[in-house]
Amino acid sequence: MIELQCPIPISDYPVVTLAHGGGGRLSQLLIERMFVPAFANAVLETLHDGAVLELNGARLAFSTDSFTVSPLFFPGGDIGSLAVYGTVNDLAMCGARPLALAVGFILEEGLPMEELWRVIVSMQRAAVAVGVPIVTGDTKVVERGKGDGIFINTTGVGVVLPGVHIAPQRAVPGDRVLINGSIAEHGIAIMAQREGLAFETELVSDSAPLLDLVLRVLEVGGEHVHVLRDPTRGGVASALNEIAAKACVGIRLDEERIPVTEAVRGACEILGFDPLYVANEGKCIAIVAPEVADHVLETMRAHPQGAHAACIGEVVPDHPGKVFMRSRIGGLRVVDMLSGEQLPRIC
Amino acid sequence: MCLGIPGEVLSIEQNAAGIAMGKVRFGGVVREVCLAYVPDVRVGDYVIVHAGFALSVLNEEEANEVFEMLEQISALAGTDSEGNG
Amino acid sequence: MRFLDEYRREADAQKFVRAIEQLVTRPWTIMEICGGQTHNLIKFGIDRLLPQAVTLVHGPGCPVCVTPLELIDKAICIAQQPGVIFTSFGDMLRVPGSNSDLLSARARGADVRMVYSPLDALTLAQKNPDREVVFFAVGFETTAPGNAMAVWQARELGLRNFSILCAHVLVPPAIRAILASPDNHIQAFLAAGHVCTVMGTREYEPIAAQYRIPIVVTGFEPLDLLQGLYMALRALEEGRWGVEIQYTRSVTRQGNQAAQQLMYQVFEVCDRQWRGIGLIPASGYRLRATWAEFDAERRFNLVDVRAQESPLCIAGQILQGLKKPPHCPAFGTECTPEHPLGAPMVSSEGACAAYYQYGQHA
Repeated sequence: MIELQCPIPISDYPVVTLAHGGGGRLSQLLIERMFVPAFANAVLETLHDGAVLELNGARLAFSTDSFTVSPLFFPGGDIGSLAVYGTVNDLAMCGARPLALAVGFILEEGLPMEELWRVIVSMQRAAVAVGVPIVTGDTKVVERGKGDGIFINTTGVGVVLPGVHIAPQRAVPGDRVLINGSIAEHGIAIMAQREGLAFETELVSDSAPLLDLVLRVLEVGGEHVHVLRDPTRGGVASALNEIAAKACVGIRLDEERIPVTEAVRGACEILGFDPLYVANEGKCIAIVAPEVADHVLETMRAHPQGAHAACIGEVVPDHPGKVFMRSRIGGLRVVDMLSGEQLPRIC
Repeated sequence: MCLGIPGEVLSIEQNAAGIAMGKVRFGGVVREVCLAYVPDVRVGDYVIVHAGFALSVLNEEEANEVFEMLEQISALAGTDSEGNG
Repeated sequence: MRFLDEYRREADAQKFVRAIEQLVTRPWTIMEICGGQTHNLIKFGIDRLLPQAVTLVHGPGCPVCVTPLELIDKAICIAQQPGVIFTSFGDMLRVPGSNSDLLSARARGADVRMVYSPLDALTLAQKNPDREVVFFAVGFETTAPGNAMAVWQARELGLRNFSILCAHVLVPPAIRAILASPDNHIQAFLAAGHVCTVMGTREYEPIAAQYRIPIVVTGFEPLDLLQGLYMALRALEEGRWGVEIQYTRSVTRQGNQAAQQLMYQVFEVCDRQWRGIGLIPASGYRLRATWAEFDAERRFNLVDVRAQESPLCIAGQILQGLKKPPHCPAFGTECTPEHPLGAPMVSSEGACAAYYQYGQHA
């Protein structure tokens, strides 16, 4: 029996801060220094969006995600559909066709029944839309003030498609980095609702199911699709940094080619945000071999979830573990991982 | 030190304390901004906004100054000066 | 976006870079005062496009970096008092005080909220009449008119539950302090376009004359920065000194007089401690006595707030342009954005954080 010692010095972080869940470096620290060593096993150590388990020759993908979003209903979605799409998307990023979902609710005492019902109806519709049944669940209620209305956990299983091998380690120099549309829409749509920061925008969250898009991408790309990743918390920058580190390759982005809507640009300018670090809920990064890149990109663009798909960069041999970007004016800079939650920069 | 972003004034009104406020558009988002420090501002003008306050009305003529200097420099250096907007 | 996109074109930027290459005949050292300029110079990779002979030194123009430790400790002390809603610009929340920061205070239960504008803090005070709403009024001259307006409106609206913790600092005294240092090696300044949008440029004229140094008031977009550098280098090469304005679309010699008027009505000049640098005489604003009712330092009991700075941190020398972040033995080792020892590693405008984030440590 190994004696477990807390590896994050208590003097640095005596309590958990929001940044530990922000998807950036502190989240990674928590995972790498606490969870992985404590739960140590080979499957966990792949650190992908889900685990892949061998079972009688079949490969099962297994993934879980918890959802805490305020407000519960936001432009372009709500916590219910988000919770269904989130886990289904994670399974899709493993190259798997989802079979079923389990859902756990943590409800706060005093939550209006009508709100709960709206969330349930939204989950039902989302599950029907992606064709994945919700087959089991659990409910707990916490005292008033000890939750934020509704927290939802969803867990899903799926079967990895034959001939498909998705893993961050498979990114190799020469691969192209594709994304299925404009970045940072979910994070900015939520930010627009926050007290004290509120601004008016027609921007809606990009919350969407990616299963169908991914199935088509895998159809045309097959084993040449090396990595799939949904850049949720921590944004595109954090997702690509994780991949670059895992694969020991460099990734070079081209700022000019990264799709960003005018609404996201405006919001990011006034808040001093970098859209590369803002959350997405309906985006998929596909790292694919150059010979299929054009075909995969066309396939994405022909799909309703990928009209603005773009090739935003490529995998390079230099600077392994780092993400670089050629700026709009031709300068080069490092795109580091998000450190702490991104805070509006005023001064 | 001071993030100031140009935005287009869409409307101007007075608030409860008698201060000029207005809607200003930055790309695809609109925010309420205090216009008290730009008393001559008109709808359609671009203002520099810092922390919710318009601090100047952008001078459209001066805005081209950088491109004029670029042309002069390019002319001096005998290099091509096309596409300077 | 208009007035942004046209100043970010690669072809034009390259022309300025070539013009600067042709202009420069020997090494020059230029300081950009403003942290926003530092951020953009590195974010757009401009520093790497310039000829080696041009050395850019990053100045003290980052309000969250220079806000004295003691005031951050006071902010945390106020935020932890019952009934208080403590409001602040986002980038102030992570700056370490002696033992903690505002985000950690929030994690321990304090009601700390981020706002975009001081007027948003005022709105919170209106909506929460039974709570004390305090706004952390940091910033240079650019931010002072907004904070003055918040206080002025609070009086107009009869709000008794609103106050500010005032930490305003001023640019010209900091420039003088840098130039007066016997170690000074700065040969020209890019002055801050938004500070001068408010203040105008007249107060820089005697500084330029006394120290025979070019000061170019510069904007923030890549073409602005390149043009500002070009103008400063041209003046240096030609042996000229004086104040020039690059950012003419926003800056006039007089500045924004409506803003100055309300600022002077609400604030008066005071001595101010700068974090890492020390006391600079007449370098800050405080509320005038007639507005003392809105002063959070008077409203809350703040005895026994004693500040203690990390002995490893060389932020003071970095903020004065005497050293660059990689010269610090703690840079990237003991001091990272996750575990900042000094404020410049926290604020995204801080020189250390900019170097760290944009890969100058690579």
